Amino acid sequence: MSQTTQLLFKNRVPGKTVFFKDFCANGGYQGLKTAIQTMSPLEIRDLVKAAALRGRGGAGFPTGVKWGFFPADKPGIKYLVCNCDEMEPGTYKDGVLLGADPHQLVEGMILSAFALQTQVGYIFIRYAYEKQAENLRRAIAEATQAGYLGKNILGSGFDFELHVHGSAGRYILGEETALLNGLEGIRPNPRSKPPFPAVRGLFGQPTTVNNVETIANIPHIVTGGAQWFKDLALTPDGSGTKLFGLSGHLNRTECFELPVGISLREVVETYGQGMWKNKQFKACLPGGASTPYLTREHLDVALDFASLEKVGSRFGTAGVTAFDDDTCMVAVTLNLIRFFARESCGWCTPCRDGLTMVRWLLEMLESGQGTPEHLEMLKDQLKNISGKSFCALAEGAMGPVAGLLTHFEQEIVDHIKGGRCPFCK
Amino acid sequence: MTPIELQTTSHLLDQQVLAEFIRHAGEIEHPREMIIDVLRAIQLHHGWVPDEGVELTASILGLTPVEVEEIATFYDKIFRRPVGRFVIHLCDSVCCWTRGADEIAAHLQKTLNIEFGQTTADGLFTLLPSCCLGCCGIAPAVMIKQQFYGPLTPEKVDELIATLRQEGSA
Repeated sequence: MSQTTQLLFKNRVPGKTVFFKDFCANGGYQGLKTAIQTMSPLEIRDLVKAAALRGRGGAGFPTGVKWGFFPADKPGIKYLVCNCDEMEPGTYKDGVLLGADPHQLVEGMILSAFALQTQVGYIFIRYAYEKQAENLRRAIAEATQAGYLGKNILGSGFDFELHVHGSAGRYILGEETALLNGLEGIRPNPRSKPPFPAVRGLFGQPTTVNNVETIANIPHIVTGGAQWFKDLALTPDGSGTKLFGLSGHLNRTECFELPVGISLREVVETYGQGMWKNKQFKACLPGGASTPYLTREHLDVALDFASLEKVGSRFGTAGVTAFDDDTCMVAVTLNLIRFFARESCGWCTPCRDGLTMVRWLLEMLESGQGTPEHLEMLKDQLKNISGKSFCALAEGAMGPVAGLLTHFEQEIVDHIKGGRCPFCK
Repeated sequence: MTPIELQTTSHLLDQQVLAEFIRHAGEIEHPREMIIDVLRAIQLHHGWVPDEGVELTASILGLTPVEVEEIATFYDKIFRRPVGRFVIHLCDSVCCWTRGADEIAAHLQKTLNIEFGQTTADGLFTLLPSCCLGCCGIAPAVMIKQQFYGPLTPEKVDELIATLRQEGSA
């Protein structure tokens, strides 16, 4: 087992939550102090760009580039919003991080707000993470008490207030513009882009939305430097560590901080401790429910943005859900599509009607009532939905369908020929 | 804005909480952002959000009831109909499914003698399917009152239901 430098999990003790005193005792708020006392906001933004940090919420957009679009110098109110809606099946890393060490995010928020010159921040957190929301409220109170939040932070003249904003369910809130609508208290359908949130975001003002893990990495980049951060990855074009949430048919289903670029084999065999009930690895979702499947032939692929794109999948959130060789991949895909179809906000037709259609097709195929025409219709839907929907929900939903057709079309054919699911006993 | 009659709202919201919401709404620039907070507080106090709860939220925030209703009906964790004392949200997403959530679903329905979406005759339990709860590492799991239970087996479900029944009759 390779020893990974622990940044985000460095204070983590299972079953406990680290608060202010212990966080500071292990270097907490040093990154913030260094940044505010010795760096300009522009220098921090350039450092994040040089560190090649890519968004940890699923899309993987380079954070420094996103921050580069932000009008930090524009006068008037600007917002920093943290996306902690984390509702994609197989993804639970942000919940684990905030359960263990909420100040990691609070320090990151203050430092990022300074870099972007935003005066107000929100952490938008899903309904199920009430414990994490409580941890954050306490951490915010502690940081305010210490003078790290509020007016004239560390004597710099910079003011920043930070709020925790609750939700009440629904996956679509993880889409950044739907989240902004939800935060404002209007119906959370996604917004049309452009204008992008950097131009017109929360309450019509310039806004940046970043994921929990992305923000929590910022103080470590300031403390360690861009090159050090890049070198934490095992792949030359990778950068940093990543929280991997393991689930499915693995012996150990826990969350680990591992280097970007670790092989799927090491994740499955070493950290997941192999397959549950001594079965064989068949496939996995490498980064949450919207990422196309990897199979046995991909076990030695490096888990990183570029290398996964090369094999037709995505790094996503690094929530690795493994399936054993007794698993029907049509049934897996049906489960995933049921989730996406139910969570569609209903705003656009390709998503609202298209995903419902795909769900019906997969139900026909899985139950053994499918015909070759249904298979053709499924392929056709891939063309009609992917790239045609208003936001990324339907696009993501079709990821596993694409993976099913690429790697497991024979399984669909077997369902049609046999008139039943070959995996049902 | 219609003045809020405190006497008629006490079944919906603790009066101190209500006063705090009114104060806060008067202080911030965008009171509408409080919709979910108010609806959740009403639900916590009353068990679910009746029409008067929507109307109360609207009057606190200076909105029309329809503006609140279109939010209340969007979110699956806001109940616009009565529910049982314990709402059991069973995850039916992929990670829980790989670890036997179907078996847990069948067992819960049989034990409680209800289907998904229904409430037991004694008003104790409502059973609802839920999308991923973030419990992928302890699958299969349920959420009850924002607490999580997993990994579940039929035996553990029996223990959990027995404990909740006891709590419910106390």
